[in-house]
Amino acid sequence: MDKMPAWADAVLVPLISILLAAALSALVILAIGENPVDAFRLMVDGALMRSAGWGYTLYYTTNFIFTGLCVAVAFHAKMFNIGGEGQAMIGGLGVALVCLFIPFPHWSVGLLVATLAAGAFGALWALIPAYLQAKRGSHIVITTIMFNFIASAVLNYVLVNVLRPQGAMDPATAKFPEATRLPTFQDIFATAENPLFRGSPANVTFFLAVLACVAFWFLMWRTKLGYEIRAFGHSESAARYAGISPVRITIVAMLISGGLAGMMALNTTMGEAERLVMNATEGAGFIGIAVALMGRSHPVGIFLAALLFGFLYQGGAELALWTNIPRELITVIQALVILFTGALDNMVRMPLERIFLATRRRNG
Amino acid sequence: MTLMTKFLGASAALALTAGAALADPALVYDLGGKFDKSFNEAAYNGAEAYAAETGGAYRDIELQSEAQREQALRRFAEAGFNPVVTTGFSMSTPIASVAADYPDTKFVTIDGFVNPDEHPNVLSILFSEHEGSYLVGMMAAMASESGTVGFVGGMDVPLIRKFACGYAQGVMAANPDATVIANMTGTTPAAWNDPVKGSELAKAQVSQGADVIYAAAGGTGLGVLQTAADEGILSVGVDSNQNHLHPGKVLTSMLKRVDVAVQEAMSAGADLETGVMVLGLAENGVGYALDENNEALVSEEMKAAVDAAREQIIAGEIAVHDYSSDDSCPVLNF
Repeated sequence: MDKMPAWADAVLVPLISILLAAALSALVILAIGENPVDAFRLMVDGALMRSAGWGYTLYYTTNFIFTGLCVAVAFHAKMFNIGGEGQAMIGGLGVALVCLFIPFPHWSVGLLVATLAAGAFGALWALIPAYLQAKRGSHIVITTIMFNFIASAVLNYVLVNVLRPQGAMDPATAKFPEATRLPTFQDIFATAENPLFRGSPANVTFFLAVLACVAFWFLMWRTKLGYEIRAFGHSESAARYAGISPVRITIVAMLISGGLAGMMALNTTMGEAERLVMNATEGAGFIGIAVALMGRSHPVGIFLAALLFGFLYQGGAELALWTNIPRELITVIQALVILFTGALDNMVRMPLERIFLATRRRNG
Repeated sequence: MTLMTKFLGASAALALTAGAALADPALVYDLGGKFDKSFNEAAYNGAEAYAAETGGAYRDIELQSEAQREQALRRFAEAGFNPVVTTGFSMSTPIASVAADYPDTKFVTIDGFVNPDEHPNVLSILFSEHEGSYLVGMMAAMASESGTVGFVGGMDVPLIRKFACGYAQGVMAANPDATVIANMTGTTPAAWNDPVKGSELAKAQVSQGADVIYAAAGGTGLGVLQTAADEGILSVGVDSNQNHLHPGKVLTSMLKRVDVAVQEAMSAGADLETGVMVLGLAENGVGYALDENNEALVSEEMKAAVDAAREQIIAGEIAVHDYSSDDSCPVLNF
């Protein structure tokens, strides 16, 4: 068998990619006259050494888990869903509508209904590109990208003309009623003498995201539908021969994908801002692509990759706060990690594969 | 174990440096970024002026995401920075949710409004942009030969309508027969930084006969000023003094002294008086710019009329209608 062992594929390749990205980032930081060791220490200290830092890291992680799973579902069916961003925006609209117009007695009921609304809105937004792909052969990459722009325009129209409170400057809805406030980690874990997670936005949707990971694993590897999706992804003709309808699988996979993207809006809209703002998704839909690639479309990998990007986002914020590294360079550092783990995957994988094969040949 | 002690040592060292920064001021720029040639840059200039004058230091941050708004406020407050100055109306909601947790820290929101009864440690600084716009409106009407003047706004929010409404009132006061063409660039924050669209709007207004155009649009305004200079008509700049951008082509600039507000808030330090501060003509918070770049354009008669109107507004003899007071404008339909 001419493959390297699974552990090397799942652990070694991403690890080397991250190290390469870190080395290059260090050079970038050196080039502008800052100390990369201090910068890294600051990132670790701000993101992982304080409970409030963890609160932010896990908040970002929650976003990336949802969008990562969203992209991964589509990957398994060999589709590239670039539309997570737009699906999440529209999902946010669903969350805002139910939170604003349904008087919930308790947040748990609110969360349940809002989850359904977010999922439904996101899924419906993915339905049109899915239909076009399945029935008309319009390429899903193109249509989902275009739907991101349409989603942004729709959201803009609704926020500015319909949901904006009188006299407000921001294109944003009014604050949601108090009953829809989700418990944050601070509410759950902090005690009077030990104020953990103070002021950080991580909330119960994190557990929802973990639950989604488990459900994703169950769906993909333990159900008939998951088997069909994976079979379709491996070979469309074989799947068709086995009696799997390509139209059905394309549409169902995209609906699940869009629904997961929509649920990401729960965290930002209901959990953090408690109102719907124009820029609620903040590129998480695109980060999801990197997360899914890096996580090999497996829930455990996605969870870890999401954690890494959560760390990069929160650590980046700390850099912006306490150093003079401009925010454009922080974006460069984040982009380097995406580049190495996502796009330049084969650059690490191929030499590594060759090394493994060479050692095996010698031993054998 | 050694790694752990190293980390602990690092965080202890960090805590020490954070403690040393006690009572330094901090500045939070809105998403537009520090160097936008307009509003945020004015705040930056104010902070630099504070640093130059007092020899003090300050910390600043350019936000990258919505979630960082509250985070930046909390981290600065926890590290002992005081006051924490913020620019842009989007910061008022985060300040309202954070301020109560840090009663000893003073927060400043420029252009935003936070209820001072609920949050006694917040200073809301507002500007009477309608008054300053009224003055440049008068000048525009007097400089116009066609009797048609233009207005290009950035994002269509009540704040910018307040600029437009004050401007139109000034135009009508100087020339009751004048026509004001008002356009907004867009409805999203992207409208603050779209010089190409600004240029298109200016061209459209020129074709409708406008020969003086006032741009209240942040970075978008740079396109308006450029097009006006290319088309051989006059323009009016905003926020900072933009006369120098096209000498002899910019009639004047409506000054909004964000820099002064930032500098004074920082200089006051922890003793900053909170509440609501409205900076108008009387406080020199707004005004019009006159320098060597536009002195040939501003006639004696023009200057006399505008200065007289300024005195009358300060004395209360002329009341300039504020759009944001009732969301309507008597002389301009949007």
